[in-house]
Amino acid sequence: MNARILFSTTHRVLNQLRHDKRTLALTVVVPALLLTLIYYVFDGQKQVFNHVGLIMLGIFPFVLMFLITSIAMLRERTTGTLERLLTTPLAKADLLFGYALAFAVVALLQGVVLTAIAYWAFGLSVNGNIWLVLVIAVADAILGMALGLLCSAFAQTEFQAVQFMPAVVFPQLFLCGLFAGRDEMAGFLGGISKALPMTYAVEGLEQVGAFAGTTAIMWRDLGIVLGAAVVALALAAATLRRRTD
Amino acid sequence: MEHAIDVDNLVVRRGGRTVLDGISCRMPAGSITGLVGPSGSGKTTLMRAIVGVQKIVSGTVTVLGRPAGEPWLRQRVGYLTQAPSVYADLTLRENARYFASLYEGITSEDVDRAIHDVGLADAADQVVGTMSGGQHSRASLACVLLAKPQLLILDEPTVGQDPVLRDELWKRFRELANAGSTIVVSSHVMDEAGRCEQLVMIRNGVIIAHDTPDAVRAAAGTDDLDAAFLTLIREKASVGAPSASADSFVATPEVAK
Repeated sequence: MNARILFSTTHRVLNQLRHDKRTLALTVVVPALLLTLIYYVFDGQKQVFNHVGLIMLGIFPFVLMFLITSIAMLRERTTGTLERLLTTPLAKADLLFGYALAFAVVALLQGVVLTAIAYWAFGLSVNGNIWLVLVIAVADAILGMALGLLCSAFAQTEFQAVQFMPAVVFPQLFLCGLFAGRDEMAGFLGGISKALPMTYAVEGLEQVGAFAGTTAIMWRDLGIVLGAAVVALALAAATLRRRTD
Repeated sequence: MEHAIDVDNLVVRRGGRTVLDGISCRMPAGSITGLVGPSGSGKTTLMRAIVGVQKIVSGTVTVLGRPAGEPWLRQRVGYLTQAPSVYADLTLRENARYFASLYEGITSEDVDRAIHDVGLADAADQVVGTMSGGQHSRASLACVLLAKPQLLILDEPTVGQDPVLRDELWKRFRELANAGSTIVVSSHVMDEAGRCEQLVMIRNGVIIAHDTPDAVRAAAGTDDLDAAFLTLIREKASVGAPSASADSFVATPEVAK
């Protein structure tokens, strides 16, 4: 890897987003609207919103970033820029981590707006520090983005790419403990849920919700989420091929 | 004669079809080689093999003395794909700066020079997606030229350009070759083929002629390259088994400098 190429790739991706203001606006507005929806779905049920709304702060950015980045990498492939890049001195990890940094900036913006709305507009209350909610929400977005980049390596068409979203995201959503407690599921599902990174994203947010100060489980969960993101990015780089048919 | 490219008995299959069937050819350093042949004959596949992005079945491709696709070569080989491959949502200058940043030691003067060379100095700050088709292609070309590569592989660089621009681009290619760059360019326009030092004619994955434009004209018994091209294509088609003639054509012609 090469720092100059890495940062210049980040700069280029951010430049592309700057030219596409509608996409940038959507990444901030869509999760905010969804959170508003959740707030009114649980109208007056403060305790429920404190749990469900909190978890949604991690899940919305995860899902949206997954979709955006899987399309972004597919676009590099279909417009021929990926093949061109792979004939230059750019290392594959420069490209993947360059994307990751750029979308981490977007995720931070998204997370700040979403957390602020939850906290001030909807009175979300957590026992822990609200800043930790933001940190975990951004980490979730980074994880979604890394998985999106990885999945797009296996997608040759847009039709394939969009179907990776339900295939990869929904099972994690069902098993993360949001719909049913992880100890209420069939035994083997509980085991699978332990292998899925979103489980730890949700658990980390629940820890901040339940306890004042920081807990060891919360730090472990944050580490697992970020570690899974780095592994996914490294795998995505490893699956890119310079030589093709 | 030092060779920038040495292709030896290259076989490539794509989608179950043999696209290149035992091709051998050499391209001298500092020369312009024209790659001509009908659509689907294997020109792009040969170019991709030289750049090192094509999976091959057998044979070797040596570029600047190294196996094609080696990391060392990526700093020195520029590849223009047939379809323009630049970011349509960025301006030309943003594209050019990004591609320049991928190489060592490319200055902003190099970037400006490349944009100027393709005739887009006035459109440098225009978003590429809003450009005409011809401008879009030239934007892609600028992003190759700016890296000042030792070897330039150009897949139909002048398609869709007007005659004045084509002439200017070819003058620039000649300048680069005179300065020591080796250029391989595919084309369908025979007056462009006539500007190359040597021509490689491909049909159905085999080389049917590899010689100077003059020698190709003489072999076909005509002064017109278009006619010579047609004659050779049809002749070889009727002769059949093309590999029989390989020996007489594979030898690299001496290039008059």
